[in-house]
Amino acid sequence: MKKIFEVNRYNPESERGSYYQEFSLAIDHDELDDLTVLDSLIRLKEEKDGSLAFRHSCGHGSCGSCALLINGENRLACKTHLADLLTGEKERVKISPLPGFPVVKDLVVNLESFFAHDEEVRPYLIGRSEPGPREENLQTPEELELIQEFTECIMCGACTASCPTYWDNKKYLGPAAFVRAFRWSEDSRDGGPGDRTEVLDDRRAGVWGCNKVFNCNDACPKDIDTVGAIEKLKRKALGF
Amino acid sequence: MKTVDHQLLIVGGGAAGLRAAIEAQKKVDDVAVISKVRTLRSHSVSAQGGIAASLGNTEANREDNWEKHFRDTVAGGADLVDRDAGKILAKEATGNVIELEHMGVPFSRTEEGKLDQRPFGGHSQPRALYAADRTGHAIVYALYGENLKRGTRFYDEYFVLDLVKRGSAVSGLVGYEIETGELVLFRGGAVILATGGPGQAYELTSSGRASTGDGLGIALRSGIPLEDMEFIQFHPTGLKDRGILISEAARGEGGYLRNDRGERFMDKYEPEKMELASRDRVVRAMQREINEGRGIEGRDYLQLDLRHLPRRKIERKLPTIKELTADFAKVDPEEEPIPVQPMAHYSMGGIPTDTRGRVQGKRGEEAWENLYAAGEVACVSVHGANRLGTNSLLEAVTFGKRAGRYAAERAEKGPGTRATESALEGSRNLLESLLNHGGSIRGSELRARLKNIMSEKCGVFRSREGLEEGLARVRELREDYHENLFIEDKGEKFNTELRNALELRNTLDYSEVIIKAALEREESRGAHSRTDFPERRDDTWLVHSFQYRDAAGKLESYRESVRIDDESYLD
Repeated sequence: MKKIFEVNRYNPESERGSYYQEFSLAIDHDELDDLTVLDSLIRLKEEKDGSLAFRHSCGHGSCGSCALLINGENRLACKTHLADLLTGEKERVKISPLPGFPVVKDLVVNLESFFAHDEEVRPYLIGRSEPGPREENLQTPEELELIQEFTECIMCGACTASCPTYWDNKKYLGPAAFVRAFRWSEDSRDGGPGDRTEVLDDRRAGVWGCNKVFNCNDACPKDIDTVGAIEKLKRKALGF
Repeated sequence: MKTVDHQLLIVGGGAAGLRAAIEAQKKVDDVAVISKVRTLRSHSVSAQGGIAASLGNTEANREDNWEKHFRDTVAGGADLVDRDAGKILAKEATGNVIELEHMGVPFSRTEEGKLDQRPFGGHSQPRALYAADRTGHAIVYALYGENLKRGTRFYDEYFVLDLVKRGSAVSGLVGYEIETGELVLFRGGAVILATGGPGQAYELTSSGRASTGDGLGIALRSGIPLEDMEFIQFHPTGLKDRGILISEAARGEGGYLRNDRGERFMDKYEPEKMELASRDRVVRAMQREINEGRGIEGRDYLQLDLRHLPRRKIERKLPTIKELTADFAKVDPEEEPIPVQPMAHYSMGGIPTDTRGRVQGKRGEEAWENLYAAGEVACVSVHGANRLGTNSLLEAVTFGKRAGRYAAERAEKGPGTRATESALEGSRNLLESLLNHGGSIRGSELRARLKNIMSEKCGVFRSREGLEEGLARVRELREDYHENLFIEDKGEKFNTELRNALELRNTLDYSEVIIKAALEREESRGAHSRTDFPERRDDTWLVHSFQYRDAAGKLESYRESVRIDDESYLD
């Protein structure tokens, strides 16, 4: 059974610009159940075109390297099974780089601004009090539960790349940075949520740009309630 | 071409490299972390189960202390642990994990809010701190934040090709910027190699695609010996066909292993410790069950059964396992057993270092000047012949921290000789010849052959016959690589095919060492199991093995005794 892969190609060293190239792979029905989009890309690179560029590493959704736009949705290639895309009569998989970021080559995007925005929210404990060098801070399971979900973020970029506000305004910090801000400022060991207020409350960069489109929640491979975090940050910024 | 100067250069941004950078910042201001992947993508994020420390902070582990942790580590390592290093590991553990807690690692807690600890294989006490089953991810993210705060400079997606040195004094690194294809000369007063493990030499492995053990290749090409490379740990529970790690925490929390008859077969092999015997023992038991036809449906896998555990326990303590089994095996562990098989997981061996992280010279030679190593790429040796679960994250932070401290002291004194850009000549020639020499075999094809040889001939059980054949075939592959490699992508920018070929060069270089070391060690100890030498032989083999490449490219070997009574760690 032949399956068609339409893959974005862009070679920065050629005049051609970006275009979609069609590849076909023979995949039998049994294989379909096991193969992921990442497996398919690796096969395309090994069997069809060694120059095809994409990032990947762990292969099971913890390193965050392989987020791509797959059949119209931002997803991790390693966690997206062909069987879930090629249902019924569908025979095509369309694979593009994450939207909203500059393309370096083929499926590889430049994430410098994404990580710079992360740094702006200061993703670490601020103003903490350290008990003694051999003494732990106490943190109850309930306090941990408040941030647990948000500690799962793998910085893959799928959420920020799905955000219409971010597409229009590259100063906007974006959902991933807000999740990270929330995770650290709500940590019971953090000394000062106030220290992040200025950037989170900024008219262009801050949380007020969120229009609750919920694309980010849909895109998150870890099912993090990104909009929920942003709404709570908004309430904090208003002083509630 | 560009030249970049920093006081201290750290290669690798996983747990060891990031911890080293934090410590170094306390002495020197100008620390750079160079990584072939973006920081936060390093394989340390995949560590699941925990990090060991004998806190003794709860009722359940009140009796624990560092001596017990030390003794468990030595016993688990089949006595090949260097005692000075093992003592440091166990003794400094409590302070080191508390520091991680202070940096914000979201460790799981007891009801009173203390750091919770769970049981793990080979540990006599429940001393594994954990952050659900994402402990590595939690630690790396906290270490990254701490580095941002302290102003560490990150060079992401720079592939380090080789050391720049004069004699045994290292003065920098040759880097290759993947996005632009440019060669970069990094110069610094000291270098720490924290490049991770060699799991990608094997077909089925828990290691990520980037775990190609590059530092091992760099070391061999510089004439640095590799220690104890025959000891590759196979992990009992890789998700069938995928090699995705199903944490030992699943057994720590009470999971069973079963064969095709539904038997908890570990009672035949380890009636006391059962599923929580050390990994080498559990893996051999599993492999025997499989070899004797009791794999599921007679095939090469077994089952990990969690169905008897309380649902709440799985959801709260093993959420990643639930997610991974659903995503990659369509199994709900609350309803069905998980199909698992042994897979390559960790290298106990590596670049020999002392307890300050200094890279050792080969027999009879002084240690290297300005060169340090830490983490899986190094062999200090705290794991001996078999590592206990949760001791790897601990080793990475403990010896990463020490390497960072001592390398910074060295770097503070300023650079010795300053390399010039002529140091890049060899690497430029290499890249040009790789791209243009017109072979016919793709790197991916060579890589697949190598993985097959390593898995077939140098897996859980080994024999002279298989190892000799494997060694000959790996040597042929090395020749094929240099004569017949074909790289289709001729571009300069983000050429992942070329990067893969550079990784493969490293993997081929040290795979030969792994097989040769396995061939020479004629006994069975820890993770190294010879069917033709099934007994442990302390009279001859209570020693570390070393292999290095001589000037003609030939591997030479020697042995050194285990450091048993050395107290020099009290510095």
